[in-house]
Amino acid sequence: MSDQQPQQPVLDIREGYKEKFGFHDDIAPVYKSRKGLDPEVVSTISEMKKEPAWMREFRLKSLEHFERKPMPTWGGRLSDIDFQDIYYYLKPVDEQGRTWEDVPADIKRTFDKLGIPEAEQKFLSGVGAQYDSETVYHKIKESLSAQGVIFLDTGSALEQHPDLFREHFGTVIPPSDNKFAALNSATWSGGSFIYVPKGVKVELPLQAYFRINAQNMGQFERTLIIVDEGAFVHYVEGCTAPIYATDSLHAAVVEIVVKKGGRCRYTTIQNWSNNVYNLVTKRAMAHEDATMEWVDANLGSKLTMKYPSVYMVGRGAHAEILSIAFAGKGQHQDAGAKVVHAAPDTTSNVMSKSISKDGGRAGYRGLVKVTKGSGGCKSTVKCDALILDEDSRSDTYPYMEIEEDMVSIGHEATVSKIGDEQLFYLMSRGIPEDEAAAMVVSGFIEPITKELPMEYAVEMNRLIQLQMEGSVG
Amino acid sequence: MTPTLHIKDLHVAVEGKPILKGLSLSVNKGEIHAIMGPNGSGKSTLANALMGNPKYEITSGQVLFHGEDISEWAADERGRKGLFLAFQYPTAIPGVSVANFLRMALQARRKAAGDEKPLPPKEFRKLMKEKMALLRVDDSFAGRYINDGFSGGEKKRAEILQMAMLRPEIAVLDETDSGLDIDALRIVSEGVNALAGPDLGVLLITHYQRILNYIKPQFVHVLVDGRIVKSGGSELAHELEAHGYDGIREASAA
Repeated sequence: MSDQQPQQPVLDIREGYKEKFGFHDDIAPVYKSRKGLDPEVVSTISEMKKEPAWMREFRLKSLEHFERKPMPTWGGRLSDIDFQDIYYYLKPVDEQGRTWEDVPADIKRTFDKLGIPEAEQKFLSGVGAQYDSETVYHKIKESLSAQGVIFLDTGSALEQHPDLFREHFGTVIPPSDNKFAALNSATWSGGSFIYVPKGVKVELPLQAYFRINAQNMGQFERTLIIVDEGAFVHYVEGCTAPIYATDSLHAAVVEIVVKKGGRCRYTTIQNWSNNVYNLVTKRAMAHEDATMEWVDANLGSKLTMKYPSVYMVGRGAHAEILSIAFAGKGQHQDAGAKVVHAAPDTTSNVMSKSISKDGGRAGYRGLVKVTKGSGGCKSTVKCDALILDEDSRSDTYPYMEIEEDMVSIGHEATVSKIGDEQLFYLMSRGIPEDEAAAMVVSGFIEPITKELPMEYAVEMNRLIQLQMEGSVG
Repeated sequence: MTPTLHIKDLHVAVEGKPILKGLSLSVNKGEIHAIMGPNGSGKSTLANALMGNPKYEITSGQVLFHGEDISEWAADERGRKGLFLAFQYPTAIPGVSVANFLRMALQARRKAAGDEKPLPPKEFRKLMKEKMALLRVDDSFAGRYINDGFSGGEKKRAEILQMAMLRPEIAVLDETDSGLDIDALRIVSEGVNALAGPDLGVLLITHYQRILNYIKPQFVHVLVDGRIVKSGGSELAHELEAHGYDGIREASAA
């Protein structure tokens, strides 16, 4: 054919990402460690942060664990990560911004693009925004402070509340837990620290925005949340990241302690650019009658391995884990959940929704464990997978370790495809095919998005729509 | 005058099997046509082919909308242009509320008409309320997931509710009467009658004469084996009631 049309380019779901989300300002870091990892780099990080000796020891010990531990051979492909080709510490500004006015203009510009000031006006009660390795802006609404709530970046918390910090830090996830927890323990920087005193219920969600903004910059933020007896907090973590040519490593650790009768909800929308390895350890300890809820949505990254877990160590504790995994072209979302019933009458509820398209791979890897002596436990796991085309893949790996007889365990899994009937029905009403497909996907995850704060639910649906654009037909 | 909808010698195959074998028909705004036919005569094929269901292949002939050949158009283009199909078996879309769905659909339709701006939320809600009252559905209906767990009657009412919201120029009702009890049938029919008027053309596809007690067509066509074998006024429906499709078949074969 002489008037041959140029072939329709294969659409990367991240195409246009740079215009839509990706932007990276040229910020000159004040301090940048040399590439690679050894005791000297780790000591320097600790020194730069003016940390107490015990933390430096903790870091160095963690480095040993990291070096000793083999790479996981399950989950996703990790062999491309070169630990010696990464900067482990970067400090963009000297002082932490106390008020919005103090935040440097170029960083503000980035925040503007993220819509942060507007969001703040609406219902932010405090912002902990991690820009590169250091938190640059952190403001706590006065009412929170008055209630005794502590909301700081983790480094500042170590400085200002040393005893409270040391009592809980590393107790939920010890450095020896896994290779990436060890890496984080050695190199951690930034993250949020929250303490909610007895009986205090924080009405508004606390939010933080995380970004990676330096090429080859690993992010190892460390979050510690302590919810005291009968207290409540909802923490929301949303991520967007600019796109880069080389791979980035993100290995966070989030530790949560929920004391007797307390409740904590931790919501994540993860949307790293698709060159990021997102290898995160998230775990909560739920004491007697405490409730821990993880709402975990993974849309971005090249590979995510993340299994938020709850250890129910007190009678009557409850765990709720809602997980969304969306894998497009070149993406692997190995998401899941872990619930450990280590006390009688504990209950857990896991709901997982995974979507794969354009050759992406999304799945659920989960563990339900009931220890001996934990009678009267109840656990329900429901995994639904939606596969959008023939090239894509969905995996379900449910593991169970039940050491007690008097328990009730339920597991249910479904796999479905977008039906032609559904598309035709929606399209007949004038809705274009890609929007119609996005609607079906949004509907599929609706049981989880409805649990998100309104703004995030809207953003979530917008992200899904962007990922679905040009994907059908 | 160019007919609003003009079907010209339409041949349609499903999985290679010819179902419609040369069907011609014109429907104008302001008119109500009924197409009656026995099982397997091609009624649902006609409905699906008109709306552009990709499983139904137009092998020859044309579908013209305002004189424009839409035979190759995708379903969404037809929908935006003002064609509507009330489905015989509406599909459930779990997680998508009736209100959200209609907001999107309405916006797509307005955009096609050159109005970029979505209907302000307040006006949208007012419109929804008004149309839901017309179909006598509860306010909670707007928040329910489309057709998910709907009873047969609710599904059909939801179809007419969508029609009321989207205000098409030509509406094809595919056996809207099937599976309805007498009360639901009356409500649905009243809804259709309330919408009928100079701006709407209706093509009512049905097996039974029953719905014609409520919706009065000016034109009745009998579809047998993929072709219209007889056309007439509303009296034809009564003739069918008296003699059955066999009577017509024999008459047309003679």
